[in-house]
This record gives sequence, C-alpha cells and structure tokens, in this order.
Amino acid sequence: MWYFVSPQIVFGDGAMTALDDLKGSRALIVTDSTLVRLGLVEQVKARLERAGFQVHIFDRVRPDPDVETVLEGAEVARTFEPDWIVGVGGGSPLDAAKAIWVLYERPDLHPAEINPITPLGLRRKARMVAVPTTSGTGSEATMGIVLTDREERRKMGLGNREAVPDIAIVDPRMAAAMPPQLTADTGLDALAHAIEGYTCAWHTDFADGLCFNAARLIFRYLPAAVADSADLEAREHMHNAATCAGLGFSNSLTSIAHSMGHALGAAFHIHHGRAVGICLPYTIEFAAGQAPERYADLAALLGFSQAGGEEGARALAGAVRDLCRRIGNPTCVAETGLSRADYETQLDKLVDDAFNDTSMMSAVRSPSYDEFRQLFIYAYEGKPVDF
Amino acid sequence: MAFKFPSDEWIKELANQLNANQAYERAAKDWEGDFIFVVEPDEAYDKTAYLFLGLYHGKCTGAAMLSGEGEREAEFILRAPYTSWRNVIEGKLDPIQGMMTRKLQVKGNMMKIMRYPKAAKEIVACCALVPTEFVA
Repeated sequence: MWYFVSPQIVFGDGAMTALDDLKGSRALIVTDSTLVRLGLVEQVKARLERAGFQVHIFDRVRPDPDVETVLEGAEVARTFEPDWIVGVGGGSPLDAAKAIWVLYERPDLHPAEINPITPLGLRRKARMVAVPTTSGTGSEATMGIVLTDREERRKMGLGNREAVPDIAIVDPRMAAAMPPQLTADTGLDALAHAIEGYTCAWHTDFADGLCFNAARLIFRYLPAAVADSADLEAREHMHNAATCAGLGFSNSLTSIAHSMGHALGAAFHIHHGRAVGICLPYTIEFAAGQAPERYADLAALLGFSQAGGEEGARALAGAVRDLCRRIGNPTCVAETGLSRADYETQLDKLVDDAFNDTSMMSAVRSPSYDEFRQLFIYAYEGKPVDF
Repeated sequence: MAFKFPSDEWIKELANQLNANQAYERAAKDWEGDFIFVVEPDEAYDKTAYLFLGLYHGKCTGAAMLSGEGEREAEFILRAPYTSWRNVIEGKLDPIQGMMTRKLQVKGNMMKIMRYPKAAKEIVACCALVPTEFVA
C-alpha cells in the first residue's frame, strides 16, 4: 500500500482570485523581503484583506531556510494566532511556511523531528495556502520541508503527509517576474523532480503520469521561458509542470541527484535547481549501468531514444545536458566557478551528507562510499559516468 | 547452512554480516542506539520473538534472542507481524516505507532514524545475506 496526497490546486491565469473566496479571520503570510519589494506579496495581502482577513507578514525567510528562522516564525504565529498560513514564494518561503505551520500547531516539536512517520495532528489551529512564485520546487504540492542545519552545514529532508498545503494557487503571473537565471535554475529543479519521481524505486502508477507529463512540458517550454519572460504560454506550462512534478515526486520520491544537490547546496550555496540539474545526468548514467529500465522508458516516451536499456537511459542523460546548455546552465560543477581545491576540501563531507540524505532511500542503484566519491568527482570534471 | 528466523543464531549471523560490511560501517559511523525487533504473531507464526541488536559507530556490539522485551534496554523498538518481517528480509517491503505505512511500528526517536536512511538500507541488505529458513 502507499498514498497519494494532493492539495486542492487552482491553476491558470487568474487563479489568484481564489483568495477572494477564502473563509477565515487571520492570515499569516510567510515570505521573503525580495518578494515584498517586488510587490507580489501586496497582491496577496490586498486580496486577503478584501476577503475580510486581518493580515500579518513574516518576511524574514532567507534562501535555504534554517531552523532558527522557522522557530522565529512559529513564535510570530503563536502571538498572531492565524487560522490560515499563506506561503508566498519559491521553495524557501513555502518550506518555511510549512515548518512554521507545524511548529505553531506543535510547539512541543523540534523542527528536525518533523518526519513522515509520526502523526502531527495539524489543522486544529490553521490551514495552509501556498502561492508559488517560481516554477519551481513544487513545494506548493508536496509534503517536503527542506531546512538547513547551519551548524552542521547540512540540509535536512523533512516532511509529513499532513504538511501538504490545503490549497495551491498556481497562477503563472506570480512567476512572470522571474529573471532568466532563476527561471533556468528552478526549471531544472522541476525537471529533476519529474525524472527522479518517475525513475526512483518508489515510483507509483499514480505519480508516473504526472512525472512524465511534467518532463515533457519542461523539455518543451523551459528554453522559451528562459529566453522571454513575457512568453505567458511558456510561463503557464512551466508553472503547471513544476506543480505536476512536485505532486509526482512527493507521492513517490526523489533520488541520488537530490542527495548530491542538497550536499552541494549546503556546502557551497549553489542554487538548488542548478545543483540538481548538474548532478542529474551523472546519476542517470550511474543507474544506467545496472538499472536502466525506467530511464529508458522515459527516454522513449519523450522521444529521445527508442533503443531501450543502457543506451536509452544514456540518451536521457544527454538530453538533460543538452537542455542545460540551451538555457545557459552549467553541466558540471567546475563550470560554476568553484575551484577544484575548494571542492576537494569538502569532498568527504559531500559524500557523508549525500550518503545519508533521505532521497537515497529510493535509489535504484545505491552507490558505495567510494562510488559516491567518484560520482562527485565526475560531476565536478564533467566526465560521463563509466562505472 | 540456513538459519531459522526468528532465532538467536539468525540475529547473531546478521551481526556477523553487519560487522563485515564496509558500506554499513561507513553509513553508520556516527550511529549510537540499540534495537529490539519484536516479531509478533500472525496467521503464519503463533509466537512472539524478541531480537536484540546492539549498534554503535558502525559496528554491531551484541546480538541475541531475548526471552522478553524487558530483558535488555534499547533505544529503539520495532514491532511487526512475522509476515511483515519476512517481507522486509526478502526485500519485498522497504523498511522506511514500512514505517511510513505503519506496517512496522517504531518506538524511539524518529529524528535520529531519518538521518540515517542509508544505514537502514544496509541493515536490510545484510539481512538478505543471511541464509534464512523461515519457520513458517
């Protein structure tokens, strides 16, 4: 047995009007200061106020939110006592909003205790709306909460099915302000979700269609969205694809690319989407040697190769690298500008952190410690995996 | 030679496999916490068995079949019906998924377990290396 959990998703141009019908009295918006400055948060606030809400804004979320920030946000929530938590932003504010919601309802918990096994008993005090502004992490549709332990410089993959937001408002106009680099990075994160959700050991019939279609849309529309931010058709398909990919992987899992990406992000502050986009082809090649089937299936469905087996799987890896090049993203860690010397000083930690990342649970080919070390080296050098 | 599951010999052989396994040693190099696995009766098995596994910094420090749950202290207690344990050992039930679907009931600090998923996978991989004769 397994589960399939989804928020109510309101999508398309004008989806923001769904906030006009929200019923409640006090809404806590969780976001970051950049989005406040861009005016996106004001759009949400204005609608909530017209709907009769008293609104408070917590905008102290930083990229790669940490434990201290969500504890601070939870304290704000306990003082304000909202009946709706409204997350506005990319993955960082949305994950922080989920964590703040959990800690508001469960002040007895430490953030690191949020796990998929222990019931949380949410929705006694509040429910959650998620308004994504990137296309994207898919956090608006997932149970995942990624927090950074600043002391250990390690990302913690937390989550619980109850933390899937009640409502996800997937309005492409909220993502239209993304500059090209952010569009590219977040688009690659969505692609990694789609491909890993389809190919991981925990894949399911329910998630497969979402993951395949998300991958299909991303390969088709990400270059256009990067090239022209005003291309609303591309923006809308990318925004929908990111939510589909999030819904897909949340109900299956991610895999080694995310383990590696989390480690790289925590150590070197490489944008998460850029990091997983770099790692994804190497992890596909690593799996291709022993467990290529699902990758080859996906390559065939997407029209990249009908060869099947390892050849088909490697064609998928090649397609990901081609996409990275088309949108101007690096295909290896060296291309990010990170020096080899700096990289090697952290290599042991990268491997240790990735080795025990929760995304490793569903790897179809689980690397040994030495193989993982090799993967990180190949990902730095840009060498196709041959072991 | 096959070892009957559940038995004192089986859990001791699992300990041997773990202590010979470099992947487990690396994945669990910081782990501290002992386990009691409780095999509960079901249609296939009519007894209750208690298997102790001591784990510290990548090594198994002790393994034994107990006469009862209170015979040794352990930070973690995992309980499940016999058939669920058989499915874990045979690779048909992922232990983390088992915990998430409550097929395996966990008592202990979940925060700690979730930080070591690779170690959990290696323990299951070592279970598969123990030549096992299921009693039912």
